[in-house]
Amino acid sequence: MTTYNTSDFRKGLKVQIDGIPYLMVEMNFRKPGKGNALYECKLKNLVRGTMLDRTYRAGQTLEEADVSEFAAQYLYRQQDMFVFMNNVTYEQYELTKEQVGDAWQFLKDGMECNLMVYNNNPLTVTPPNHVILKVEYAEPTARGNTATNVRKPVKLETGAEIGAPAFVNTGDYLRIDTRTGEYIERANGPE
Amino acid sequence: MGRDSAMRSIAAISQFGDVQMIDPREHNFAPSASLTMLERRGTLLRTLREFFFERGFVEVETPLVAPEIIPELHIEPMRVEGGGYLQASPELHMKRLLAAGAQAIFQVTRSFRAGERGQLHNPEFTIVEWYRVGDDLHAGMDLLDALAQTLLGTPLAARTTYAEAFVRTLGISAHSASPQELANVAQEAGVAVPSGFDESDRDEWLNLLLATRVEPQLGVDRPEILYHYPASQSSLAKVVRSPLGYEVAERFEMYYRGVELANGFHELTDAVEQRRRFEEVNAARLKDGRRPLPMPESLLAAMEHGLPDCTGCSLGFDRLVTLALGGTEIGDVMAFPGD
Repeated sequence: MTTYNTSDFRKGLKVQIDGIPYLMVEMNFRKPGKGNALYECKLKNLVRGTMLDRTYRAGQTLEEADVSEFAAQYLYRQQDMFVFMNNVTYEQYELTKEQVGDAWQFLKDGMECNLMVYNNNPLTVTPPNHVILKVEYAEPTARGNTATNVRKPVKLETGAEIGAPAFVNTGDYLRIDTRTGEYIERANGPE
Repeated sequence: MGRDSAMRSIAAISQFGDVQMIDPREHNFAPSASLTMLERRGTLLRTLREFFFERGFVEVETPLVAPEIIPELHIEPMRVEGGGYLQASPELHMKRLLAAGAQAIFQVTRSFRAGERGQLHNPEFTIVEWYRVGDDLHAGMDLLDALAQTLLGTPLAARTTYAEAFVRTLGISAHSASPQELANVAQEAGVAVPSGFDESDRDEWLNLLLATRVEPQLGVDRPEILYHYPASQSSLAKVVRSPLGYEVAERFEMYYRGVELANGFHELTDAVEQRRRFEEVNAARLKDGRRPLPMPESLLAAMEHGLPDCTGCSLGFDRLVTLALGGTEIGDVMAFPGD
């Protein structure tokens, strides 16, 4: 495992503190001309998603965190566990509801996602930026009311609810941005 | 048309004004600063040289690599394979010129400091350094102020003592507060204390508070010169007794918009005291787990021969250009930082 010296500190580094993996999301080097250098770091806890501010003096070190990311297929859900499979090694990983977070709304069997693991234990999963999902139920809209700026809640095949334009019907396929959870457009069919 | 006005009209025509900037994120050969910025940087450099020539200064050049370097506690020099150090400032050699009889000298050169990289730092940067024999602390501050007004177009700089700045921002006496009192102030102000920090060291606390709380408030609407540093941070400056009875260093620093631009000294001329301070630096380096640096005997010999009473100052040119041109980091005005 690599040890990072303060002079290696930079945005994007993955480090461990007290056994918890962190992503360095910001690094500010501050140094009065004749004074001691300060390395002000903003660290994102990769388990909880919380932020930590830490300042280091020149010459201090942090251990690299064995964090890796790879493509993984979403297989199925078993009660509160979500099961994924590494596309290359076929190794399976089980994620809790908390680990999956908001991503559950967009997960469909067979979907290729990005899985992040720490010491080979799953941390988080990221679905593709754009997914196409079927509308399981949409309230019928009064004839003629096709204005695009009016939104109504629709239920997706995953069980999630999102806002969609009034013209969307049950059985339609929608393209959705998973980063914002927003409707983009109507699609012709499943991917 | 006289020679001067001919030069100016050439400068007024932009050579790079219409050049489309190439995105350095897409083409790794491309400079990080726009050519327009670099052209304006060049114009500022010419104005700076004219400023010194108008005042009778002689431009000099000194080595970038030398077997000796000024030992500093918080500046890590870069060693050169085969021996020697890339100079962290031209001070050592410029003082040797002064001891040999030079009167008013300036230099625009590169300085090197290992590991210093950030929005306002680059391991290699452009430094402007000057000395004038006969100048005391206030004459030195006057000259720096005049230079800032010329290059930044700013009004007269505010002048604030180190002690006043600490009282203003933190309500504490920088010269008499104990480490414990400084720690309490840091805690109240919500300053994150770095791990591995020596809590019994007053200067560590002062530097931490200066960097995180005092500096960002300095020179908000016009440049501000901080002077009379604690004697423990005198470096190569003379130490005198302040009107309040504290020993203070005749050292000054200019800040503008929270950015440290220049550092000056009413220069210490006592070789014995200077040797003692260098030995102290090396002892502190050793305690901090860093290699001591060779004693700069050539500088001490110059001081023994006789360094005339003078004030000197060095200025970070990249930062000055950044502020003058409205950039936010020195990479905006340096062609190839990070190379």
